[in-house]
Amino acid sequence: MSTVAATKDRLLDVGLVSSLRSRWRLVSVVALVVVWVVVWAFANGKSTLAIQASDRTDVHAWFLRRIASIEGADNVATSFLGAVSDGMDNVLLFLQQLFTVAEFPRPYPQIGWLGALAIACLITYVAAGWRSVLLVAPSFMLFGMLGYWEDSLDLLIITGVAVVIAVAIGIPIGVWMAHSKRASAVITPILDVMQTMPSFVYLLPFVILFSIGPAVAALVTLVYAMPPAVRVTSFAIRSVSGTTIEATDSLGQSRWQRLKHVELPMAKRTIIVGVNQTTMAALAMATIAAYVDGPGLGQPVLEGLRRGQLGKAFVAGLAIVIMAIMLDRTTTAASTRSERAARTGQDTGRARWAVLGGGTVVTVIAVYLSNSYVWANQFPEGIGIGQWISDRVDEVADWLRTDLSELTTGIQQNFTLHFLNPIQDLIAGSPWFVSGAALLVLATILGGGRAFFATLICLAGIYWLDLWNNAMITLTAVVVATAVVMLLGVVVGVWMGRSTAADRAVRPILDAAQTMPPFVYLIPVLVLFDANRFTAMVAGVVYAAPVAIKLIADGVRGVPATTIEAAESAGSSRMQMIFKVQLPMARGSLLLAANQGLLYVLSMVVIGGMVGAGALGFDIVYGFRQANFAGKGLAAGVTIVLIGIMLDRITTYGAQRADGTRRAAPATKKRFLSLTRANN
Amino acid sequence: MKVKRTRVLLVSIGLASAFGLSGCGGGSIENEEASGGEECGTIDMAINPWVGYEASAHVVGYVAESKLGCTVNYKDLDEQVSWEGFGKGEVDVVIENWGHPELQKKYFADKGGDGSAMNAGPNGNEGIIGWYVPPWMVEEYPDILDWQNLNKYSDLFKTPESGNQGTLFDGDPGFVTNDEALVKNLDLNYKVVFAGSENALIEGFRKAEENRTPYLGYFYAPQWFLSEVELQKVELPEYTEGCDADPEKVDCDYPVYTLDKIVATEFAESGSPGYDLVKNFEWTNEDQNVVAEMIAAEGMDPDEAAQQWVDDNPDKVDAWLGE
Repeated sequence: MSTVAATKDRLLDVGLVSSLRSRWRLVSVVALVVVWVVVWAFANGKSTLAIQASDRTDVHAWFLRRIASIEGADNVATSFLGAVSDGMDNVLLFLQQLFTVAEFPRPYPQIGWLGALAIACLITYVAAGWRSVLLVAPSFMLFGMLGYWEDSLDLLIITGVAVVIAVAIGIPIGVWMAHSKRASAVITPILDVMQTMPSFVYLLPFVILFSIGPAVAALVTLVYAMPPAVRVTSFAIRSVSGTTIEATDSLGQSRWQRLKHVELPMAKRTIIVGVNQTTMAALAMATIAAYVDGPGLGQPVLEGLRRGQLGKAFVAGLAIVIMAIMLDRTTTAASTRSERAARTGQDTGRARWAVLGGGTVVTVIAVYLSNSYVWANQFPEGIGIGQWISDRVDEVADWLRTDLSELTTGIQQNFTLHFLNPIQDLIAGSPWFVSGAALLVLATILGGGRAFFATLICLAGIYWLDLWNNAMITLTAVVVATAVVMLLGVVVGVWMGRSTAADRAVRPILDAAQTMPPFVYLIPVLVLFDANRFTAMVAGVVYAAPVAIKLIADGVRGVPATTIEAAESAGSSRMQMIFKVQLPMARGSLLLAANQGLLYVLSMVVIGGMVGAGALGFDIVYGFRQANFAGKGLAAGVTIVLIGIMLDRITTYGAQRADGTRRAAPATKKRFLSLTRANN
Repeated sequence: MKVKRTRVLLVSIGLASAFGLSGCGGGSIENEEASGGEECGTIDMAINPWVGYEASAHVVGYVAESKLGCTVNYKDLDEQVSWEGFGKGEVDVVIENWGHPELQKKYFADKGGDGSAMNAGPNGNEGIIGWYVPPWMVEEYPDILDWQNLNKYSDLFKTPESGNQGTLFDGDPGFVTNDEALVKNLDLNYKVVFAGSENALIEGFRKAEENRTPYLGYFYAPQWFLSEVELQKVELPEYTEGCDADPEKVDCDYPVYTLDKIVATEFAESGSPGYDLVKNFEWTNEDQNVVAEMIAAEGMDPDEAAQQWVDDNPDKVDAWLGE
């Protein structure tokens, strides 16, 4: 009983302190907004630095010349890069000719569906165990039944090669970062840029450097997919217990021995989590890579988008979702398996060898058959379900268009007029120095001195890049969308955190929403809400909400049972339990959810630019599509990076302050999670 | 030891059954005869992101494959990337080009570029760009098709995106447009909002006609959607030679674009019969609309749609083949 009472006291204590602190902050924020509104009203739309979509400035011309200079360049670096991409093209083409592409004069690829299926099952069995085979085999069958066998395998090949390279480069860099503070300080910002720079910005320069072909797709994917491998490896090595290292050091081991026999084995499980995140990030690039003819499922998605055929895009998107879930579960199983193996020693039972031997034989036969016979090479069309699903989805789209659109247009217009527009007027419609000062003060209130300096540097950069007004419009949309994300996160997250049944029901939907390419659900969202900022925000919310919901649900579930008991014995009602106990105790998760929500929404800015959101997202797409505007597009890309870093630093430092733990262990964990688009 | 013996046994059973199965015959891949002639080789055809383009590309591609025995690779690329591909040997043909003087300057030898690309003549399509309204609006407001009356109606086109001004929806960021300059130079009380894609414009117009809501947007022919909804074009001040020379001072309508074919110089000089086909290819806006509609509205596979059109129009196809 006494422990319960003690917890109750502590609970009161935490609640009191935090409410005092947050009340002071709340008052300052309200005061700031009031002053801001007054100044805005007097300024009357002057000095907002607004420019039109077709305007360019000297800075943008300077960026354009930089892009032109890599085009004309012919030196050691470019010929090296050319050789790298040629080599990768050869490897990728070899794999494609094995599995998906017919090499003239042979009419079919070397290994057909039966062989590929058998190989996949065998690899899965070795890496992740027989349970995972039960997931992988039906997934492969579904790729074929949905009608996208070749595209699915192409995507697997590109993803696989990108992940292998990301891991081969990323793990050593991560190890280096874990051991050297200086390396870490230099590399972390590079990783930040790699993850926040919109891919459309570097698509064209990559084509100039690496030509068109599967290698470009893999390289574009690599840029985005490598950072999680680096970050997680570095985090994993740093988390190896200091006492273990001391103990083994005292045996007189060399640094290499320490790494090989202590650090890497102990960090192995977490590193595989990093591989998992790298894989998910690679899949997220499928549609983007298709913009430069990258082979894979992104191509039918874009075809569907181009022709306005929701059904086609949806079926291809479904195949991507299936692939994502398959790879996610399999790599997770591989990680737990490796941990179990490490703990219990080698698990080389006789049964396992027998299965392995038998499996190898069956695989060899299957490969042989699929090489020799059409039926084993070309996936049978008779069991296809893709067309049926596609037709049903198209029917739903027609229904949306006729029966719902008036209602949805009303929702869109009211939200925009009464909520989004006023906020945007304030942030983007104030003179630049007023908005800038207000943002600086806000950053300081939330995150303290370090947040102030980060914001100052980022805002100075944004000002210099000559896209201030567009940056403010984009910032508004990102912040408003994140607010909606957090609202959804709290409502659904608390529900899931409190009920296991709810969790089980909702989680697959979240997985699907997170891995379905945004281009797919953009089509119905466009039908419902037309092309405008609201539509873009809906897309951002659909993409970002699952992460926030999952993080908050985990936080709520993580509240210690003793605390819950104490509150129950004190007679809390359900609402009191949620708002006075569970949410305050899960505050760390809430702050992390806000950080991740902001960055996820930010990563949708470019796609928003394609459905009427304008501002920075549009500038980037415009730069990719119009030769004369490539410089402006690059400037917009850098602006997005700066916004991302600014929001990340404010929320991270804010979270550390709220925890009262500067540089404590949980904060480190947040650092590695922040800016990684974790597939939690 | 025992394990090993099991494996050997399994292998032999497996191999035996494999040979047994192969004995059944039927559908063996060695028996397949690959089509394709050596002399044509491959054509790398860029697919720029609009359906009309896709229609032209697949009709030419289908003829090249079925009549000349070429192998055609279709590559989904934007205009700028396609042109970049000429010099890299990755793209042979852009089948429908809308002007793009900035790219010509970079890649045409006679315009001071690197000479990796050249013009292969018009493809017969005429590109008409303009501002369109759904047909119901013309019935309701007969004088709306004159640009001078647009300010009178700007209230109709107000959306939350444009504040007190009317909204003029523009399309894909890749499309040729002077609209921001036009709105400014013609003193129109409108704001250009980029809908973002061809598909977004089509959805916008379709809904506007069905629900009789106002919509003013950038659109163009050839376009299959014009046969679904007969959009009406707003008359802008007449185009005169050179009135669009300075992109910031444009105050006139778009010219009628003669859409042409751009090819890689290397491809043109290769002597491939595929190049002659591309050079001879010419068809009308109506032809393209028929195929594009089969692809977009009826959901046909582009190659099937192309085949159907080719079967229906043997005379035109023969002319391209020089027969």
